[in-house]
Amino acid sequence: MTDSKYFTTTKKGEIFELKAELNSDKKEKKKEAVKKVIASMTVGKDVSALFPDVVNCMQTDNLELKKLVYLYLMNYAKSQPDMAIMAVNTFVKDCEDPNPLIRALAVRTMGCIRVDKITEYLCEPLRKCLKDEDPYVRKTAAVCVAKLHDINAQLVEDQGFLDTLKDLISDSNPMVVANAVAALSEIAESHPSSNLLDLNPQSINKLLTALNECTEWGQIFILDCLANYTPKDDREAQSICERVTPRLSHANSAVVLSAVKVLMKFMEMLSKDLDYYGTLLKKLAPPLVTLLSAEPELQYVALRNINLIVQKRPEILKHEMKVFFVKYNDPIYVKLEKLDIMIRLASQANIAQVLAELKEYATEVDVDFVRKAVRAIGRCAIKVEQSAERCVSTLLDLIQTKVNYVVQEAIVVIKDIFRKYPNKYESVIATLCENLDSLDEPEARAAMIWIVGEYAERIDNADELLESFLEGFHDESTQVQLQLLTAIVKLFLKKPTETQELVQQVLSLATQDSDNPDLRDRGYIYWRLLSTDPVAAKEVVLAEKPLISEETDLIEPTLLDELICYIGTLASVYHKPPSAFVEGGRGVVHKSLPPRTASSESTESPETAPAGAPSSEQPDVIPTQGDLLGDLLNLDLGPPVSGPPLATSSVQMGAVDLLGGGLDSLMGDEPEGIGGPNFVAPPAAAVPANLGASMGSGLSDLFDLTSGVGTLSGSYVAPKAVWLPAMKAKGLEISGTFTRQVGSISMDLQLTNKALQVMTDFAIQFNRNSFGLAPAAPLQVHAPLSPNQTVEISLPLNTVGSVMKMEPLNNLQVAVKNNIDVFYFSTLYPLHILFVEDGKMDRQMFLATWKDIPNENEAQFQIRDCPLNAEAVSGRLQSSNIFTVAKRNVEGQDMLYQSLKLTNGIWVLAELRIQPGNPSFTDLELSLKCRAPEVSQHVYQAYETILKN
Amino acid sequence: MIHSLFLINSSGDIFLEKHWKSVVSRSVCDYFFEAQERATEAENVPPVIPTPHHYLLSVYRHKIFFVAVIQTEVPPLFVIEFLHRVVDTFQDYFGVCSEPVIKDNVVVVYEVLEEMLDNGFPLATESNILKELIKPPTILRTVVNTITGSTNVGDQLPTGQLSVVPWRRTGVKYTNNEAYFDVIEEIDAIIDKSGSTITAEIQGVIDACVKLTGMPDLTLSFMNPRLLDDVSFHPCVRFKRWESERILSFIPPDGNFRLLSYHVSAQNLVAIPVYVKHSISFRDSSSLGRFEITVGPKQTMGKTIEGVIVTSQMPKGVLNMSLTPSQGTHTFDPVTKMLSWDVGKINPQKLPSLKGTMSLQAGASKPDENPTINLQFKIQQLAISGLKVNRLDMYGEKYKPFKGIKYMTKAGKFQVRT
Repeated sequence: MTDSKYFTTTKKGEIFELKAELNSDKKEKKKEAVKKVIASMTVGKDVSALFPDVVNCMQTDNLELKKLVYLYLMNYAKSQPDMAIMAVNTFVKDCEDPNPLIRALAVRTMGCIRVDKITEYLCEPLRKCLKDEDPYVRKTAAVCVAKLHDINAQLVEDQGFLDTLKDLISDSNPMVVANAVAALSEIAESHPSSNLLDLNPQSINKLLTALNECTEWGQIFILDCLANYTPKDDREAQSICERVTPRLSHANSAVVLSAVKVLMKFMEMLSKDLDYYGTLLKKLAPPLVTLLSAEPELQYVALRNINLIVQKRPEILKHEMKVFFVKYNDPIYVKLEKLDIMIRLASQANIAQVLAELKEYATEVDVDFVRKAVRAIGRCAIKVEQSAERCVSTLLDLIQTKVNYVVQEAIVVIKDIFRKYPNKYESVIATLCENLDSLDEPEARAAMIWIVGEYAERIDNADELLESFLEGFHDESTQVQLQLLTAIVKLFLKKPTETQELVQQVLSLATQDSDNPDLRDRGYIYWRLLSTDPVAAKEVVLAEKPLISEETDLIEPTLLDELICYIGTLASVYHKPPSAFVEGGRGVVHKSLPPRTASSESTESPETAPAGAPSSEQPDVIPTQGDLLGDLLNLDLGPPVSGPPLATSSVQMGAVDLLGGGLDSLMGDEPEGIGGPNFVAPPAAAVPANLGASMGSGLSDLFDLTSGVGTLSGSYVAPKAVWLPAMKAKGLEISGTFTRQVGSISMDLQLTNKALQVMTDFAIQFNRNSFGLAPAAPLQVHAPLSPNQTVEISLPLNTVGSVMKMEPLNNLQVAVKNNIDVFYFSTLYPLHILFVEDGKMDRQMFLATWKDIPNENEAQFQIRDCPLNAEAVSGRLQSSNIFTVAKRNVEGQDMLYQSLKLTNGIWVLAELRIQPGNPSFTDLELSLKCRAPEVSQHVYQAYETILKN
Repeated sequence: MIHSLFLINSSGDIFLEKHWKSVVSRSVCDYFFEAQERATEAENVPPVIPTPHHYLLSVYRHKIFFVAVIQTEVPPLFVIEFLHRVVDTFQDYFGVCSEPVIKDNVVVVYEVLEEMLDNGFPLATESNILKELIKPPTILRTVVNTITGSTNVGDQLPTGQLSVVPWRRTGVKYTNNEAYFDVIEEIDAIIDKSGSTITAEIQGVIDACVKLTGMPDLTLSFMNPRLLDDVSFHPCVRFKRWESERILSFIPPDGNFRLLSYHVSAQNLVAIPVYVKHSISFRDSSSLGRFEITVGPKQTMGKTIEGVIVTSQMPKGVLNMSLTPSQGTHTFDPVTKMLSWDVGKINPQKLPSLKGTMSLQAGASKPDENPTINLQFKIQQLAISGLKVNRLDMYGEKYKPFKGIKYMTKAGKFQVRT
């Protein structure tokens, strides 16, 4: 007799019949009926109509029946909240039962009933159960707190359950500890800011002790929790690592991977010279290899994580290439991942083996896999220079197979090989050309056309080949059209005599018959270049191309470091930080690897040490994304068409914009890796603007001389702060500050490329702001910014841009664009950059104005701890254009009367009280009067920064 | 944590759903069905599928998809390991894990699932403990239950659950005390065309069946423990003892369990016990191809190779095959193009061979891909890595148990390229 009988129905109507059975007097019949109800529930049938009848069966000594009713309740209580209350009494009674199994069952089930009214009754039983003598009940109650928190977070906090839960971390039973950790972690996830899991050396020690004794699942929770801890020094890190390593020998792969995460993270703190570091590296390899012999689903997750580990610490698995060899019956998702890792591990030592394997894979059945294998051969060639020749010959062998998709894929990668090793393997071009007709994929066609154009001088019939493509010009994809245009222009520049007609034809096709703006623009540019200055055209179109970088698909170092902290999680499977995909408004805390701190030198607490600190000091003024975008949509994010430019460079500026703009749009649409670098912004274009900038500063130098002795160094300049962290801008880090040098304001920027690709095409725009600050010249980054390179730029600003009042007043929203994307950030500028040089008011005027401004506009401030005398104060302020109009001494106190003027003509008057004779009283009192009182606060801040630095 | 579980058969019907938190509509599985459609074969369905509000993590076992639904960031391996544990538990309870069996035992299945997870946190996953909570159905018990009205739900807290040795229940009694250990090794290997080994590794396990009275404390030592590259232990094994002395010391669970799994990788030379000689030729513009394979023993330490089965996925262009085996039986499925040859024992004096012709699609060019030959075999009384148990001792109890150790080598993923 099996349970399938529960599914049989009679004609009378199932629900009706069940109802009768549930109300039967016979226990046995009742139980059978409940089983039938449960069976219907499992397959998704709605049996909620039976709610009262089922609940009536709850009062019973029969544990199975009780459990079944509980199962039913959990499913349907939500839809019948009023009826569910009927069950409360039984629950409360069961929580007092002498049998711990029943107590636990009751508290567990109650937590699963997601009805508000029930949760109120739950609190008392739960409180008792959390302190139950039986650990089985305690561990169940711990989970129940998490359930309750999910239903009603406020209630849990009010009732103090969180503290009880924290106490359970010190419980004597490891299972209880593990469940408490799990529950706290889950609660903490919905409250990232709350400091629930307050990890300190003592609690860590407790966790490590529990780790050895609790179940496999508990070990996962504890290890994941440990991974969030930052040890105070390398000794502590090492001792934790030592106690975690035994977990690498656990049969449960999730435990192993969580242990790997802890070790990978804490390893960061260990010095590489340490013997222990080497030992640890050796210990990590075998468990990772073993993960690969598990079921394919586990393998997949393991492989995604190994992919990260191999990028972070290639030395761990460098001798284990063979375990990544693909078996023909591996699922496709495993095959593709293995292939990826094989390429990452490829080196001169093992390249022969790898190539032999890849060649084998290229004859497999699965098309996706074969394509990837062919690509992999190309990547090997680019990665391991010594193998390039062998790779090329392998690719040629594959082309000989004439399998269509293999040939196309091979041509695409050979193009990359040409880019990496120019003028080395051109002998194969003939073979490639034979396959011209079989190419039907745009990428392959574009690659082939690029090759023909690039080596036009060595291909006798290059013009015929290109012409053959030209016939169907309009049917080609944009990628191919652009490539064809460029290739024919290249050909023309190389063999001008025979190809004039061809180039005319393609230019007219591109400019007159095409409705694609990119294509048209590029056509016009070429046309103009060719017609005005063929020499310049040659320099631009046939310019030397930068070599392509070794590995194009590496994860950026900052992201990689973050992902290492997320080993074993979904983030590691997607290779994205959780903030990129975790749902909802739950703020996600960015994790970062701990900095390496030696115990001998660490006096600071680690919280203050990390390199990330500057960014956290950054004022948090970035408005919500929506607002910012809305505002910025008004901006023109293309190349700057320059606001009212500096008079000195206006003429050149215009010229730059024309060229720069055109080129810019060309470059943006270039298919990556093919022709882009042809258009390295011609140096000629950059010069005039450069000149403008230098002339500008030349002028200010002149001013500097004439302005005489008073101003020595211009106004106070704050140290550079990070405005845009690399994390938020795909690898571009921007830090900067504002300066005012005799009459001109500038924004001193430092751009650092922390990505793996070259950055070009920088442009900057400001949103409208309170004082009309705007760039006076375009952002000039002269050379492409290569990875890890930093440039310092001084961007001249003026104050004639459009004005919009910002909150706070000195908030500046900035958009920076490069070839990768557009990034937004906002920053606060110090107000004193707006203090103009002619801000000294005459005495009479000062008095009159002071009286004139109503008293309610006066604001009082205190500048604390400023042990300067009146002379020094006045000198310092003067260099920042705050001028002392008069000085008085009243009862041993120095009174300074000062004036300053903002760029928009607003005057601010100040009275500063100093007590020079009293060393214990170093506070300065500042009264500000101004017709626009909202600036007072910021003027005060300016005072404070100037005087304190 | 794990929100819900759906069981889906290969034709795409959801035949069981279980929710541990709020109910998730089964329409979430539509995303899974989409992925299933995209993947040509069931094995190729990706194990992690993102949907707008949930993530679906699945395993495919016994022609059933076990699909877990999660909503927050949960370690995927944790979920997948748990799903495997569910499959193992079903198999343990019902003997087989299949759709009809699960449907037949749906209430037990439901009760078991409820015991395994609470609010998405694993609760009891050890089969020993589960069986104390929910007794597995047997014909006898079903009959008894029907007559006496007793239940198959245990009403006492499982004794082992919270002790220092949670895996062992107390008060175990046997009249015959016995402890059996099976050392089982699987060879995974890729052999290339010319017969040389590209990669070979050994996955080994020691499965135990221990029926001993009381609280025995066992130690097991090996002749050559350094052979093992990586080891994973049952929680009962004392790790420190292994680290310092390379001895397995443990209080065993009662009944069947996996004591140890280990890995011997390519760094140590792995002996390959069989070889395959093959000659498969397709000729251009001929509708006939020749096919011949011979299987022979290589490094078997004098043991017999049995249970040999050769399978191979032939290229699409092969219409049919007409082959004659020197022993055993063979089949070729012209639809799936799967060739299977059940060889049986290998007699070193008279090597088994299979030869004949293949009929190919007329006029088509020769296939691009070469078939790979998959081999299964068994060798009794041999651990191919050379691992040997030195001795097994028991402490803590007075009686003398009966001890036995068996070795066996099997083919894991053993592939020969042609």
